[in-house]
Amino acid sequence: MSSPDLSEFHDTFFDEAQELLQGMEQTLLSLDPESPDHESLNAIFRCAHSIKGGAAAFGVFDDLVSTTHKLENILDLVRNGKMPLTHEAISVFLKAKDVLWDLVQAYREQQAPSGESAQALLAMLQQLGEAKQPEKKPGTVTAAEEASQVIETARKQETKPEENTENTPDIVIPDGEKLLKVTLTDVSEKDRLSLHNEMGIMGTHIRQSNSGNEYYYWISSALPPEDIIAVCCFVIDEAQIKVEEDVLAAPETATQSSVATPVTSAPTQEASLVAQAQAKPASGANNSQNEPIPSLAAGNAVAATTPAATPETTLTAKTVSEAPVKQPQPKTAAANKESGTIRVPIQKVDQLVNQVGEMVINQSILMQANQSLDPIAHASLIQDIEHMGSALRTMQEAIMTLRMMPMDYAFGRFPRLVRETAGKLGKQIELVTKGGGTELDKGLIERMIDPLTHLIRNSIDHGIEMPDLRMAADKDPLGKITISAQHQGGRIIIEVIDDGAGMDREKLINKAIEKGLPASHNMTDDQAFMLIFEAGFSTAEKVTDVSGRGVGMDVVKRNIQELGGLTQIESEKGKGTTIRISLPLTLAIMDGMTVQSGNERFVLSLSHIVECLQPTADQLRMLEENKALLLLRGEHLPIINLWEIFSIPDTERDLEKSIIAVLQVGKSRYALAVDQLLGQHQVVVKNLETHFKRVPCVSGATILGDGSVALILDAAAILEQNKVGLAAYGSGFNTPVLQQERV
Amino acid sequence: MSQEKKDALNYHCLVFCVDGQEFAIDILKVQEIREYQPVNVTRVAHMPPYIQGLINLRGQIIPIIDLRIKLRVSEVAYTSQTVVIILGLSDRIVGIVVDSVSNVELIAKNTIEPPPNVNNPAAYLIGLTTYKDQLLQIVDVEKLIDHEHWTLSDISQEA
Repeated sequence: MSSPDLSEFHDTFFDEAQELLQGMEQTLLSLDPESPDHESLNAIFRCAHSIKGGAAAFGVFDDLVSTTHKLENILDLVRNGKMPLTHEAISVFLKAKDVLWDLVQAYREQQAPSGESAQALLAMLQQLGEAKQPEKKPGTVTAAEEASQVIETARKQETKPEENTENTPDIVIPDGEKLLKVTLTDVSEKDRLSLHNEMGIMGTHIRQSNSGNEYYYWISSALPPEDIIAVCCFVIDEAQIKVEEDVLAAPETATQSSVATPVTSAPTQEASLVAQAQAKPASGANNSQNEPIPSLAAGNAVAATTPAATPETTLTAKTVSEAPVKQPQPKTAAANKESGTIRVPIQKVDQLVNQVGEMVINQSILMQANQSLDPIAHASLIQDIEHMGSALRTMQEAIMTLRMMPMDYAFGRFPRLVRETAGKLGKQIELVTKGGGTELDKGLIERMIDPLTHLIRNSIDHGIEMPDLRMAADKDPLGKITISAQHQGGRIIIEVIDDGAGMDREKLINKAIEKGLPASHNMTDDQAFMLIFEAGFSTAEKVTDVSGRGVGMDVVKRNIQELGGLTQIESEKGKGTTIRISLPLTLAIMDGMTVQSGNERFVLSLSHIVECLQPTADQLRMLEENKALLLLRGEHLPIINLWEIFSIPDTERDLEKSIIAVLQVGKSRYALAVDQLLGQHQVVVKNLETHFKRVPCVSGATILGDGSVALILDAAAILEQNKVGLAAYGSGFNTPVLQQERV
Repeated sequence: MSQEKKDALNYHCLVFCVDGQEFAIDILKVQEIREYQPVNVTRVAHMPPYIQGLINLRGQIIPIIDLRIKLRVSEVAYTSQTVVIILGLSDRIVGIVVDSVSNVELIAKNTIEPPPNVNNPAAYLIGLTTYKDQLLQIVDVEKLIDHEHWTLSDISQEA
């Protein structure tokens, strides 16, 4: 199709489509099949419709158009009460969302989309559409499940697209649409192809055939025939085209093309042809019914002949949100619409964040200059600069909130995860989310999704017991996993709580020793629980496809640490486990302590500093040259010298004269010796990655109040790098930690 | 002669001097030339010696490379002539320290000879020409300060 270059709008469309799909999934999961909320159904329908509309406008996303169109048809039936909403239907819709997502992703990456999964989905939707009568439900379920497996494999294999997506027989002619026969005479192959695409946009291809110099198309469209002729006249002459209504009852042509052709006089042949086209889900359909639309007959045959199966087992998981589910969601949607949003590229926001950061730096430079002024002679100037400072800070806060997103952005994915994982394992689990409105930096949320997914999977697999075990332990067979988010001080606390079996301390320690990990029976509970985050640790008796390979949890810990987060585990045998993650609110700005060593200045994240002190001689235990322990309230902490890490010349080597900052990284604490503390500042974190691949022990750089550059120390990396050396300290390292987490 | 034709025939470059040798780089890569004050540079530990450190250039943190150390000049002095050329490369901004900057020159492309076909020509060398009776090395500045060399793995070999 020759259209103006719309490719610059593609990204916007992809963003929008993916957002719509996300919304669709959430609404689907909140649907109650017993009494579906009409407004939610409408919302789902609108999602599909908007995607179809958007995709069709570009004219190059045919697969997307055809798939959404079919989905829309089925949704329309459900919406109008012509088809019951079943759990299976919801599962199929969820699958549809996945397939559409993949399609959008494929288009976005400019790859040919996998036609196979789209094909399978179409077949599945078709099955669903034909199972309008509730009594045929069981049969449909199996067929739908088979189809869903086909989709799974197809999605995994990422096979080449099949050419003839449009030829998949479609039997559902929605209300308000008519079946039209379009006859094209003496049309060149090139024109025919462009018309073919045009017609795909105006309606849905049912089938096509040709005889001699004539081409026949059957399409289902809401447009009047005149409009179709008008559109086609852009390409060919009016005399070459003829459009008639409803020709299915009177077909006439011979079957020369390879695709299915309309021969209603021979319904049996037709039915098997169609059955072949959708052969994956429908095996052995050779029933001949004299229905006007043959493929419908085939579908019904499948539904009738497939043995019944009970679908209830897969449906034990259900989702509960903190607010009652049935609270009218559309209301919030409407409210959103009224308030109005604009789509802004994230780079623009980042630029703004950076620039306001610069201004804050300049402001503090001004403030420093201010101090040298005579306070009486320049009273008003000093006051003005201070006012500007406070205005700037307000602005900075406001701009920072632009990057903030509610945690629901991440939480929204988990109901699906719980539903499916629990179903796979035969467990009954309800998921409760709390504090989904808590806002967090978008970058942080995105990077938290993977770790949280792992943790929740882990809770489902290892935490929650099988229903019979739970019954035996006098618990509700329905297990409960709670994920919550809340602000606490300058940090956000995310918890994953399950009411499962809890962790068995002895079992963990034995397993760790068996795997050759450093563990002893004298460990504190906290230390024992943290063993699950060690690489290569897994207590699962057998490896499932859900978890148990011992990878994952160590990655979780590392990911969280990279974000400046801390992890903590509480567990009680038989009662359940709580995994608590504490994260900074944003990565771009942090509260830092500027320290000096020799002539060099560094910034330490305040969140890691437990306390700072000047050691006395009796607090220090010298081990060998430059190695010492700090005795602090009965606890021995290893001392790491900052000058040693960065080979800084001319520093204070006498520990008694230096300052010691006690740092906490996760559960470990150590002491960092520096020359001086220079004060606390808010600093704008700048990435060094564009310049250096990795600078050891440094997480970034910042500009200080006087305009000079200072490196930001990575407390976790310093610990990591010195761990080998620290092993020599023996017991000093793994000492008990504060009971109260510092936030 | 039109401007385009001029551009097609000539190489517009900045000529600078390191250890008595003249080098030329593409003028379009040069963002600005600044006076160099080693005092304002924040040292980054564990980096090869030619990476002097980081400076704050109007709110942007940029690394400074002493090209003289990189080119293995034995004695490096910091005088009032010492300047830092701020390069605006495709994805980042970098400063290079040189002994002095001489001129902006138009060099006729047909006077540029390819690098000598010896065993190990420096990868950054684009060509050679004579300029004011001196040998002028035309260099690809991106290759000269190759990003790949800034990793930890290289430090052991470089230092």
